[in-house]
Amino acid sequence: MAVTTSPERDIVATPMQRATREALYAGAIALGLFVLFIGLRTDQNISNELILVQRWWLLAVVVVLTMAGRFLYVAYGQPFLANQKIVDVATGLLPQSMAARFFRLPYFIAAVVTVAVLVFLAGSLDGLLGPGLAGYARFLRALATIYALASVMFYFRTFIHAHFSALGITALALYPIIVVLVLAVYGGSVAAGFQGSLKWVDNYGIQILIYVMLAWGLNIVVGLAGLLDLGYVAFYAVGAYAYALLGTQYGLSFWILLPAAGAMAAFWGVLLGFPVLRLRGDYLAIVTLAFGEIIRLVLINWREVTNGSAGISGIPKVTFFGLMSFNVSDPNYIAKVLDIATSSAYYKIFLYYLILGLCLLTAFVTIRLRRMPVGRAWEALREDEIACRSLGINTTTTKLTAFATGAMFGGFAGSFFAARQGFVSPESFIFLESAIILAIVVLGGMGSLVGIAVAAMVMIGGTEVLRELDFLKQVFGPDFTPELYRMLLFGMAMVIVMLWKPRGFVGSREPTAFLKERRAVSGSFTKEGHG
Amino acid sequence: MSDANPSVNDAILQVEHLSMKFGGLVAIGDLSFQARRGEITALIGPNGAGKTTVFNCITGFYKPSEGMLTLNRRDGSSYLLERLPNHEIPARAKVARTFQNIRLFSGMTLLENLLVAQHNKLMKASGYTVLGLFGFSGYRTASAESIDLARHWLEKADLVDRADDPAGDLPYGAQRRLEIARAMCTGPELLCLDEPAAGLNPKESMALNALLMDIKDNTGTSILLIEHDMAVVMQISDHVVVLEYGRKISDGSPHAVRTDPRVIAAYLGVEDEDVETVLIEVGDEDVIEQLDTGPDSTHGPDSSSSYFAGPVIDTVGHSEGERVTVSKGASKAGQVDARSGAAARPASPAEAKPTEKPSATKPAAKAPAKPKTPGDSNRGGGNE
Ligand SMILES: Nc1ncnc2c1ncn2[C@@H]1O[C@H](COP(=O)(O)OP(=O)(O)OP(=O)(O)O)[C@@H](O)[C@H]1O
Ligand SMILES: [Mg+2]
Repeated sequence: MAVTTSPERDIVATPMQRATREALYAGAIALGLFVLFIGLRTDQNISNELILVQRWWLLAVVVVLTMAGRFLYVAYGQPFLANQKIVDVATGLLPQSMAARFFRLPYFIAAVVTVAVLVFLAGSLDGLLGPGLAGYARFLRALATIYALASVMFYFRTFIHAHFSALGITALALYPIIVVLVLAVYGGSVAAGFQGSLKWVDNYGIQILIYVMLAWGLNIVVGLAGLLDLGYVAFYAVGAYAYALLGTQYGLSFWILLPAAGAMAAFWGVLLGFPVLRLRGDYLAIVTLAFGEIIRLVLINWREVTNGSAGISGIPKVTFFGLMSFNVSDPNYIAKVLDIATSSAYYKIFLYYLILGLCLLTAFVTIRLRRMPVGRAWEALREDEIACRSLGINTTTTKLTAFATGAMFGGFAGSFFAARQGFVSPESFIFLESAIILAIVVLGGMGSLVGIAVAAMVMIGGTEVLRELDFLKQVFGPDFTPELYRMLLFGMAMVIVMLWKPRGFVGSREPTAFLKERRAVSGSFTKEGHG
Repeated sequence: MSDANPSVNDAILQVEHLSMKFGGLVAIGDLSFQARRGEITALIGPNGAGKTTVFNCITGFYKPSEGMLTLNRRDGSSYLLERLPNHEIPARAKVARTFQNIRLFSGMTLLENLLVAQHNKLMKASGYTVLGLFGFSGYRTASAESIDLARHWLEKADLVDRADDPAGDLPYGAQRRLEIARAMCTGPELLCLDEPAAGLNPKESMALNALLMDIKDNTGTSILLIEHDMAVVMQISDHVVVLEYGRKISDGSPHAVRTDPRVIAAYLGVEDEDVETVLIEVGDEDVIEQLDTGPDSTHGPDSSSSYFAGPVIDTVGHSEGERVTVSKGASKAGQVDARSGAAARPASPAEAKPTEKPSATKPAAKAPAKPKTPGDSNRGGGNE
């Protein structure tokens, strides 16, 4: 061993030899790791006894796959990556980038043709190929679509980079319209378009935007002020219950309750802020985590008010600014007023634009605040609290405003959530939610609105996509439910992104003021904060 | 500025009977001195003498165990600094400071660093954020003015070309200048600088001197300066206070202090030739012997520790539980006192051999000559 790992031997060893050796190591590690996880499984037999199921073949497959992966990476991947950095002797140029080789016009045309053919055949796929192959065909279609879109983005990358925010907002604003139009064309009628859009607007659009808003709210506390808050979901819960209780008990409208819920959450933010002001780092994180749990336990146990774990149902819907309602039985139901066909999609589309508006409000306020003294003080607090005090900044009020502002947006999101679901229960506000929101903030790059939005799209959208991968049932058997691997994928994605971009998708920081030119500050100079 | 005014208000800062104890360690004991308005007052002393602790008391990072710190502002108002909360000292009493281990907002640009320093002014102008959020015009003018002020100080500190770079990207000397510029952006009447020349090369040191003289002459800001670099101290300060083991051992004009035998004994901070002459004047061979042993690296912090020392509060508590008492006899100055009080011995310059003095005193005599053995330190006990 000592000989083989010595540097001299390393230089002599060809990639093949090294790859073989490393593949063996990787196999041994995988075997050691998985022998109990995968090789053995406890189960119950018919007479309810605990039995040990042995799955050696599965273990073998996993170990062999690991070895193959390591072998390929060391034998071909590493030399390839190294070659990317070597200049061609004849031309003096670096080899074409990976992306330029991956996105090529012929491939693009092939992808478009594939999509077109498969869309054209969509109805008759099952008949032509049988249900098994049809699943694969749909998956292929999805891949080809993604490839085609990615190629388009690749060709226009400089333009997209330059106008990212404007393009993003436009795309988000047009999203429901495009979905409805595409599905209407596809399904052959407008009604089918609306009906089919439900899933896309609700599960993808609204769901992702709620997380975008929550992550942007938490970004103020964690990303700007550098205060690690593990109990953010508590403010989400306060907002949701404030809307649910006041809405069901007093019949107040959403437009009154939205600010009320925000104010309530901000109040609780200040309340939490006071005791934790003197804490920093790990201690702050633990206390905020406890605060989140306390709120959840109060919601469960204070039955007279919150109806315990059964939750509150029958929460009134949002009205269209009091002009139109989305209840079929109301006289001013939107379909009656506008004289169109009844559909539940209108409400979803309305909610989509509502949450989009709330998100844009959050972004606007955050951008505005960052350029004001209070926002700069937040960032200065993250960088160095002692220096802040030496400059006469009241760190107490600065921290409290950060907590309150972040909590307020959490409260807005909470009241929106209650209105969308029509039902709230403590189960929606578990610690895992806080962890996911925090993970999105960290993945996106602390402080960066664009990065966080992209991270939310990838993480939440990605887990939703898992539901679509039904064809995997054909591979792994009918028991296989891809959704259950959500958290596994979430974790893997985090590890990969953190290895590849330790500061998140957008690691740099936009300065809030400039004398000559605005230059992004590299992430290596910014601090994460200690409290 | 108000040099003509000989009243009490002539003193911008009065320190009276200041004591600071950490557990049993007396970091400052019964210190009194004054810093006059419009002057540069230097606070010098060997490592661990308690200079930074004095600053921390003045700027509210520590609450003194005893004593009174009075700050007299130009408009006639006075503040008792020991009673003000930490962040109100810069805001109301107009005292700004820099840190021995530089504390910049390294992920923010130079300009942003200087804008953060104008926080309180801008906060008021933005109607505590509310008006600013709606694009109130008063805030916009205030914001433009604050950028002008920042540009002014960036120019003074010769950093205007790098205004849009992150502060963490600057070389060390520029970071020191930026920290001073940032402190000046708070509009202080008293500026406390903790070893601003530490780690600077001679050229940067000259530039720093020029900057400090400029501040003194053109803004009317009084300066309180901790410095080990005697070239800087002697050149620019109007008044020098010398500390050793938390006690004041000398106080006066740079020249007076430089020739004070107690200071020389405590703190080898003058040119070698000067030591020679002074020692000949004083004529104490024992002192020379003591000095010949050179700095004792086993005692006291090494010279690099002060730059990289952690945050102020990180050092709090390390003496908890143990009772450290500094014997009065440990003081070199005390020994000089004791000996000169005794019968005068014949001076013998030939034996002094000052030229053989170790060159360890060269880097501005960063390290103090501390007693080696308890017996040694007890020898001069019972002074004062
Ligand atoms: N927070 C604290 N807790 C305990 N002891 C402290 C604390 N701060 C300072 N001290 C002690 O007080 C004494 C004086 O320290 P101080 O930092 O003021 O010295 P200094 O004169 O600034 O030295 P240097 O020239 O090295 O900067 C030292 O013995 C130090 O260990
Ligand atoms: Mg010091």
